[in-house]
Amino acid sequence: MKKLLTGNEAIARGTYEAGCLVASAYPGTPSTEILENISQYEEIYSEWSTNEKVALEVGAGASIAGARALVAMKHVGLNVAADPLFTIAYEGVNGGLVVITADEPGMHSSQNEQDNRLFAPHAKVAMVEPSDSQECKDFIKHAFEISEEFDTPVLFKVTTRVCHSKGTVELGSRVEVGIKEYVKNPKKYIMTPANAKTKHLEMEETRIPRLMEYSNNSPLNKIEWNDRKIGIITSGAAYLHAKEVFGDTVSYLKVGFSWPLPDKLFREFAEGVDKLYIIEENEPYMEQFIKAMGIECIGKEIFSVCGEINPQIIREAILGEKVEEGYKLDIEVPSRPPALCAGCPHRGIFYALSKHKNKIVVTSDIGCYTLGSAPPLATGDTVICMGAGITAGIGFDKVNQMADRGKKTFGIVGDSTFFHSGMTGLVNAVYNKSNMVVVILDNRITAMTGHQENPGTGKSLSGVEAPQIDIEGLVKAIGIKESNIRVIDPYDMDANANAINDALVATEPFVIITKQPCALIKDVQKRRANLYCQVNQDKCKKCKTCLRIGCPAISMKDNVVSMDTSMCNGCTVCLQVCPFKAIESFGEEVI
Amino acid sequence: MAKSLLLVGVGGQGTILVSKILSEGLLEEGYDVKMSEIHGMAQRGGSVTTQIIFGDKVYSPTINKGEADVLVSFEKLEAARYVPLLKKGGTLIVNEEEMYPLPVLGGLEKYPDGIMEELKDKIEKVISINARVIAEELGEPRSQNIVMLGLIVKALGLENIDWKSKIMKFLPERVHEVNIKAFERGINV
Ligand code: SF4
Ligand code: SF4
Ligand code: SF4
Repeated sequence: MKKLLTGNEAIARGTYEAGCLVASAYPGTPSTEILENISQYEEIYSEWSTNEKVALEVGAGASIAGARALVAMKHVGLNVAADPLFTIAYEGVNGGLVVITADEPGMHSSQNEQDNRLFAPHAKVAMVEPSDSQECKDFIKHAFEISEEFDTPVLFKVTTRVCHSKGTVELGSRVEVGIKEYVKNPKKYIMTPANAKTKHLEMEETRIPRLMEYSNNSPLNKIEWNDRKIGIITSGAAYLHAKEVFGDTVSYLKVGFSWPLPDKLFREFAEGVDKLYIIEENEPYMEQFIKAMGIECIGKEIFSVCGEINPQIIREAILGEKVEEGYKLDIEVPSRPPALCAGCPHRGIFYALSKHKNKIVVTSDIGCYTLGSAPPLATGDTVICMGAGITAGIGFDKVNQMADRGKKTFGIVGDSTFFHSGMTGLVNAVYNKSNMVVVILDNRITAMTGHQENPGTGKSLSGVEAPQIDIEGLVKAIGIKESNIRVIDPYDMDANANAINDALVATEPFVIITKQPCALIKDVQKRRANLYCQVNQDKCKKCKTCLRIGCPAISMKDNVVSMDTSMCNGCTVCLQVCPFKAIESFGEEVI
Repeated sequence: MAKSLLLVGVGGQGTILVSKILSEGLLEEGYDVKMSEIHGMAQRGGSVTTQIIFGDKVYSPTINKGEADVLVSFEKLEAARYVPLLKKGGTLIVNEEEMYPLPVLGGLEKYPDGIMEELKDKIEKVISINARVIAEELGEPRSQNIVMLGLIVKALGLENIDWKSKIMKFLPERVHEVNIKAFERGINV
């Protein structure tokens, strides 16, 4: 049967067909839907782990115990999971272990652009790179087999275009491979220096040479001979773009198994063509290898290491064809940046913080609340990575004190991010006597990636009830004194203001927990469906204060300020900030 | 020859759903289909695009400057933003809906006047409707996107495909009836 699947759906399908039994991940664009789809197969135990390192360790444990295991993450997630990856590479596997890295050339929704192919030679793990949905499904099965045959974890590298593009896929059926026998083997699975030294040697002397041999003969690396004037070595989505431009008029070497790289195949191909181009996204990963072999080729001289590659870029770079421009208008088009939703629980606390702009520094983090840094709220000085909302705050605060700037540091972190890597940061803040304020925005969901469950929501990935971890209790246990904790409703502007005022004068680490579920959660939408606010036009002085809270439901058209009642959820933040009491609230909650 | 369709709109408008329905129907019709979606920070009111390319054999899932055969915009301003991707001589299908971006709501930028006039002036083939008015007449403002689906199907001459069953597959049962009506209104504009 043929079906239209995204790369992520196809990976999930391939995982199912391959007889995988355990899957774990932390959500992150563009990888999120892989686990969401896997969780629909009852045969596979699947979980949202608290972070990517945890996910990989869960997968490794399952693999050693004898089951095929899959672990998924976005590119920056692999940085978090790098620690176990490098050692699991030494230990190898029992049941196959596949680690997905979903990279983002073009950075549509990530904080950086990194080419995770480079992790493969660094960690010395085999690597596989599919180009489209059909290959996603097929290659996952290969990846499990390679993992078991060569006793190595396999890095499965995809990109946004592969993950989020749909293509036709021929479905197969699941093959139960069962659970392999586990035989206790400390020399393989306990990486003390002595064992690790043996393992490292063994890897260099046996595993890698075997993998190199495989790379040159792998069905995943294939040459398509056509006209030999031009030869193109390419991989991943770049292959599709090249094929779109040249069709069958040039020869291709498509690399699907990309660490170790196929040296003999490269040479054979290079010798067979007049002119050789390397088309790959981001880093000159294959190009450097090929050039180091003494083979002449053209790559990053004409292609950028920044951003995605597309057919147009290839056409211009190789054929020198300027594309004909499309239509052009004489209109100035205003930008449309993403914004905190109408009724978002984060708006109130951000607005309250913005009132203290000159007295505070705000170190923010990754999540919807990153948007609090954008105008008009413009509350945020830094965003680095998951968890740094707290830890960067600690460092910032120390220096602020040294320089005697008289500014308080507020570190922002969401509930899911707190579980991901915020907890260790908070431990550090307490232990090292930071004077910062940590604001945990508990909206009862992992909102940014599309509403995934987390340890605070009371549900697991498969929707079953789960123990709910109590953030306040945790914060206390970590050592924040009860008198330095405020648990507030961020819709209540007085509560926001009071908590911030208390925090400003605190001389010890201080935690504010805001509790109000994300406005887009289905039950919340239902409950608040009839609530809304509206402007009493007789009282409105057009002072525009309400416009400055950045709620997309509020607009000023033809000098009339009003709320789009279909968007508004009656959170009343605007009502509370209006200096002229011109806003009124209507409706009742649906219980 | 492959045909390329670029759908643009604002997060939350249901453009992705329409793209899914379209791709599914095209696949059933025997086309090779590639669909690609880019949603930056999903659902947060940012601009959203999806691309559908269909034909006998499709490789790349991306549409670039001056390449789209058809540009479908669920909102006026987004049409203006993405027309550079429309092929010269291509068709623009646009919903006259106006949704103000945040910088405009806050008075930092201006929502331009005369977008429709400018579009019709510069582009030879423009099909426009006010899907909101139609959807509101039907009593379900959220069915705007399905009205647009009807319009797209008509413009592409794909009426022979069984779209109704696709609409039913992708939408919850309680809104089947109103959305089928919305689809018919779109087709018969
Ligand atoms: S009550 Fe005010 S701030 Fe809250 S969603 Fe409605 S318009 Fe926006
Ligand atoms: S998804 Fe939820 S948390 Fe994120 S911006 Fe919207 S309302 Fe706020
Ligand atoms: S804050 Fe109140 S008075 Fe000022 S513009 Fe808004 S509704 Fe009018």
